[in-house]
Amino acid sequence: MTVADQPSFKARADAALADRTLKTAIERTTGTAERKRAAALSTFPEFEAARSRGKAIKDHVIANLDHYLETFERNAVASGARVHWAATDEEARDIVVRLCIEAGAKRVTRSKSMLGEEIGLPQALADAGIERVETDLAEHIIQLAGEHPSHIIWPAMHRTREQVAELFKADHVPAPDAEDPASMVQSARRVLREKFLSADVGISGANFLIADTGATCTVTNEGNAELTTTPPRVHIVTAGIEKLVPSTAHAFALLRLLVRSATGGELTQYTTFHCGPKRSGDADGPEEMHIVLVDNGRSTMIADEFREMLRCIRCGACMNHCVVYRQIGGHAYGGTYPGPMGAALTPVLDGLARSRDLAFACTMNGRCAEVCPVKIPLPTLLRAWRVRSWNDGLEKGVASAAVGAWAAVARRPGLYRLVSGAGVGILRLIGTTGWIKSLPFVGGWTKYRDLPAPSGGTFMARYKAERGKEAAK
Amino acid sequence: MSPASGPRVGLFVTCLVDAMRPQIAFATLHLLEEAGCIVEVPQKQTCCGQPAWNSGDNRDAAALARQVIAAFEPYDYLVAPSGSCAGTIAHYPELLGEDPVWGPRASALAAKTHEVLSFLVDVLGHVPTGQRLEASATYHDSCSGLRELGVHDQPRRLLAAVDGLELRPLEGDNVCCGFGGTFCIKYPAISNAIVGEKAAAIEATGADLLLAGDLGCLMNMAGKLNRNGSKVRCFHTVEILAGGGDGPAIGEPQ
Repeated sequence: MTVADQPSFKARADAALADRTLKTAIERTTGTAERKRAAALSTFPEFEAARSRGKAIKDHVIANLDHYLETFERNAVASGARVHWAATDEEARDIVVRLCIEAGAKRVTRSKSMLGEEIGLPQALADAGIERVETDLAEHIIQLAGEHPSHIIWPAMHRTREQVAELFKADHVPAPDAEDPASMVQSARRVLREKFLSADVGISGANFLIADTGATCTVTNEGNAELTTTPPRVHIVTAGIEKLVPSTAHAFALLRLLVRSATGGELTQYTTFHCGPKRSGDADGPEEMHIVLVDNGRSTMIADEFREMLRCIRCGACMNHCVVYRQIGGHAYGGTYPGPMGAALTPVLDGLARSRDLAFACTMNGRCAEVCPVKIPLPTLLRAWRVRSWNDGLEKGVASAAVGAWAAVARRPGLYRLVSGAGVGILRLIGTTGWIKSLPFVGGWTKYRDLPAPSGGTFMARYKAERGKEAAK
Repeated sequence: MSPASGPRVGLFVTCLVDAMRPQIAFATLHLLEEAGCIVEVPQKQTCCGQPAWNSGDNRDAAALARQVIAAFEPYDYLVAPSGSCAGTIAHYPELLGEDPVWGPRASALAAKTHEVLSFLVDVLGHVPTGQRLEASATYHDSCSGLRELGVHDQPRRLLAAVDGLELRPLEGDNVCCGFGGTFCIKYPAISNAIVGEKAAAIEATGADLLLAGDLGCLMNMAGKLNRNGSKVRCFHTVEILAGGGDGPAIGEPQ
């Protein structure tokens, strides 16, 4: 779908709000995530200290990114890996596709990576005629459905178990028992196993890039990353440059935060460090390991007000606790990354003009920042986008014009008293029963709820009358 | 504490309370005076600038911030019956921080700005007693007060001192009601979905009253409850503390 074809944010949100199955699916997953995270934190009293440490680690790396990138490259090359640099999403996907072609790849397996989505890798592989096999269970579902992830941890969270059963029934031979989740998982396992061993190239992301060893680290609960990266002859890692940490110990400090915040577990089932290709004497492993380091707007963020977003470790807690995300789900956001972190990041990746709604479609309630394991002040970042959007002249709606008019009156207290007094009088005439059921200009309010009429004259007028002019200084 | 010896408080009425529900400001005034404060209402006040601030309109927000600073800096404290307006004033240093004249003045005002319920408990150590109201109530934590100013225990402590009032826990009391200032006008369908769930949670408590500390959130929740035909009556917490629980609730004719 091209940009011009894409419905507006409001249209996408309306469609999502009308989809009750979607609502059920979102509530099941985010509700469980919220409860499990809370339970995990109740047994992790040092969480606040760990958050401060996590923030400090990421801030330190971002402040010294050039140093750590060079260190990582040197150590990765020493381990036998090859390092590639991509300034843009286009460069990144071109590098990956070229590596696949050079490897003579007909089939590649891919382990879930949002960076891969960000650089448009699935489409680029299809365009190059290379068969792509998604090996994460949820990504497998997404691939069968021909969709994009709607959540950064649970890509298929917008689909209910019942819908997944339908997809498997259409694709898997023999079809699994739709009533039995275990049978469905077994079926996916069988279908994917055949493909793991016949892939020419395995592509993964990285949760961390370890500077002092040159290793990459992936965490999964399904073990699919290991089967993606080990049997094929070539392993390609794509990772954003903000994934760097100084050492393995720092990666573990962040893992304690990441896993608890994402799934409520203490550790993922699999935490794997990939350090170079197969060495002589190794039982298995790829012959070639390539690491594609992707900038794609990140280095510009270092210098501007969105720098703090580079701390993000992609846990998804912000979206699980977001009232807006929980109503509209991930696809309505329209970018690679949904929810609060997506609203902060998408304008960097897609441009503000195409994504200006995201920063405004937020109640600024602050719960995302409260749960963020690396203390990203998401509401502050979203407001920074609002300021840019306002200054760039993108806010042309009636509500924005009303804000300007309101401010113009509010800057003149005398005029303000006249206008507010008159406004209150009119509203009281309309709302004689106490409630106003319909009112132009605030139709968005009265379409869904009643507006209480003012309960009397303005406070300022009544105060002046009751306490006399000497009290009213 | 004798009335003459108390701190001088500038009451920041808030534009919404001024226009829509003056009794909240009268109740605030009453509670502050009862606690021994000398309360004045600066006439140069209008709005804290939150609509502009939240819209990304820094120029207008800064103009209104300077107006509030000039009007309130003579007082020992600025007290407002709203966590979100007090929270906006707490952001003034971010807005004016680079201005050599207004930056320090913004910081000085932000440091002495308080939401009324937390001001009573944390600063004055005053819990009004002698109120009686036979009712059950549930309490919603408005987000700005809760997360920007740490207002959580104070209202519960104050309400616990009202004889006869039974406080019932609200499932998701720390979850936003969907008001969000201009959000509810710009994205009404999303806002409605959020407040719909909030209204259901409020109804599920079976409480007679819904209490909160911010009129914007209260109008949103009260408006949805009334549209749904609910019998739950909505008040600002200060109204109950000042003995207004027998009077008309939000949306009830005077």
